[in-house]
Amino acid sequence: MGRAFYNGSAWVAANGGYRYKLGHFFRNKPSMQTMSLNQTPDSVPVFQLKGSMLAITVLELAQNDLEALDRQLAAKVAQAPNFFSNTPLVLALDKLPSGSGAIDLPGLMRVCRHHGLRTLAIRANRIEDIAAAIAIDMPVLPPSGARERALEPDPEVKKPEPAPAPTPPVVVEPEIKPTRIITSPVRGGQQIYAQGGDLVVVSSVSPGAELLADGNIHVYGAMRGRALAGIKGNTRARIFCQQMTAEMVSIAGQYKVCEDLRRDPLWGAGVQVSLSGDVLNITRL
Amino acid sequence: MAKILVVTSGKGGVGKTTTSAAIGTGLALRGHKTVIVDFDVGLRNLDLIMGCERRVVYDFVNVVNGEANLQQALIKDKRLENLFVLAASQTRDKDALTQEGVEKVLTQLKQDFEYVVCDSPAGIEKGAHLAMYFADEAIVVTNPEVSSVRDSDRMLGLLASKSRRAENGEDPIKEHLLITRYNPERVSNGEMLGVEDVKEILSVALLGVIPESQAVLKASNQGVPVILDDQSDAGQAYSDTVDRLLGKTVEHRFLDIKKKGFFERLFGGN
Repeated sequence: MGRAFYNGSAWVAANGGYRYKLGHFFRNKPSMQTMSLNQTPDSVPVFQLKGSMLAITVLELAQNDLEALDRQLAAKVAQAPNFFSNTPLVLALDKLPSGSGAIDLPGLMRVCRHHGLRTLAIRANRIEDIAAAIAIDMPVLPPSGARERALEPDPEVKKPEPAPAPTPPVVVEPEIKPTRIITSPVRGGQQIYAQGGDLVVVSSVSPGAELLADGNIHVYGAMRGRALAGIKGNTRARIFCQQMTAEMVSIAGQYKVCEDLRRDPLWGAGVQVSLSGDVLNITRL
Repeated sequence: MAKILVVTSGKGGVGKTTTSAAIGTGLALRGHKTVIVDFDVGLRNLDLIMGCERRVVYDFVNVVNGEANLQQALIKDKRLENLFVLAASQTRDKDALTQEGVEKVLTQLKQDFEYVVCDSPAGIEKGAHLAMYFADEAIVVTNPEVSSVRDSDRMLGLLASKSRRAENGEDPIKEHLLITRYNPERVSNGEMLGVEDVKEILSVALLGVIPESQAVLKASNQGVPVILDDQSDAGQAYSDTVDRLLGKTVEHRFLDIKKKGFFERLFGGN
C-alpha cells in the first residue's frame, strides 16, 4: 500500500468544509423583504439566520517569513492564475512553530491581497495573534482539529466538491455529472478520464491502458489495465470489475499493484474495491 | 469504391511485408486491380519480397515531392496483370513523407485501383502513422507471443483514435487480426500463446492464422510472394485469408498439430 502519484495535484475541498453560522456571509440569497422605508413592523422578520457549509481555501503558514511567502505565492499564481482571483481565504496561524515571533497580520493580509487572496478570518491559538486580529476587527476561528489535505491549485480550476462533514446543518446537493460510457475496447497506451463523475467501460481494458475517474469505475469486460477511482481524493469512490486481472487499482491515492492483487483469492473474479481508512478492500460481487 | 488496406503491427519482424505482398498478390490473383505501397521509407523491403528490386527507378518519396508522376513510379508485376508496387525510398527517412503528400498519392491511387495495400513500417511513429491514417481497413499482424500482442493492442488503440476516420467521426477502421508464425506444436507445449488467447486479449475478429513455415523464408529469398506457392501451408493459409477478406467464409486450417504419417514417423521426415 502507498500513496499514488495522482494525489499531488488533486484539488480537494480543504478542511472538510468550514461552517459559518451566518448564511448571508456568502450567499446572495436576499433575506430581507422589500418594505417601505422606516416602516418595518417588528412582526415581520427582517432577517433569517441560516447555516451553510462551505469549502474554503486555508493558507496554513509554516514560517513567519513574509518575503518568502510573497515570492512563493507569486510562483503559484503564475501556475494557476484563475485560482487566485478574489479567492476567499482563511489564514491559519495555528501551525506556526512555537517561538516564531509575532506575526505582522496587516502585512500578511496585504501580501495575500496582492496575490488575489482575500482574507475572511484567521485561525489562531496564540494570544498575540488573536489580539492582533481583534485589533483590526478580523474574525477568529478556533484551531482546526480536522484532518486537512494539501490543496494544489490546478490550472483547470473546477468547483470543489463539498466534502462530507460530521453533522452538516445544510446538505449541499452535489451537482451530478453525466457518467462517461466507453463501449469499445480500451487499448494499451490509452488513457480515459471521467472528470467529475463515474466511468463505465462495457468492453475489455488492455494491459497498459489507464482508467481515471473522479467518481467510481465500472468495467464489464476483462480488466487488465489500471484503474484509478476518486483521483481527486474521493475516498468513497469504488471500482467494480467483472473480471479482476488489473495491473493496478487505486482509490483516492491508495493503491495495490498486480503483484499484490494476484495473491488475492479473488483474482480473476467479479469484485468491488473500496477504501476503508487507508486499506483497500477487495470483496466479491 | 477503392479500399485502402493497411498492414500494421507495431512490433517489427512479425511479417507485415510478407503479409502485404501475399495479400496484395492474392487480391490481384482474384481479379482485383491492386497496388502495394511500401511506407517503410529508409528500410525498404517490399520490392525484394515482390522480386522487383531491379526495376525501381522512382519511388514513393519522389511522387510525394512531385519529382516523378505516379505512372513513372508504379512498378508493374511481371507475373500478374493487375498488380503494381510503389516502392519506398532507400535513401531518405520517414520524415520525407508528409500527410498532404501521402493523401495526394493515395487519392490518385484510389482512382486507378480497387485495393491499395499499405505496408506499414514497425513502430508507432510518423511512417506507421501515415500508413494507417487514411485506411479503411486494417490487418493487424501479430505473432503469438506477449510483446507482439501488446504492441498490436497499442496499434489497435491508435487505429481507433488517431486515424482520419476517427478524427472525422466517421465509421471506424475495420480491424482484422492475422496471426502469423503460428506453431501448433509449441502452443500445445505451452511455449506459445494459442489462437484463442490472442483473440481474447485483443478482442478483434480473426482473419487468418498463418503457420510458421519454411516456405516463407524461401519465398522471400526468391522474391516470390508466398501466396503463389500453393503447395505450401503458409501459401494456402494466405489464400484462405484473402478469401475471408473478400467476404467468403472459409474454415481456419493449420491450427492443430500435423499428424505425421507412418513413414514420416519412421524416418523422421518433416
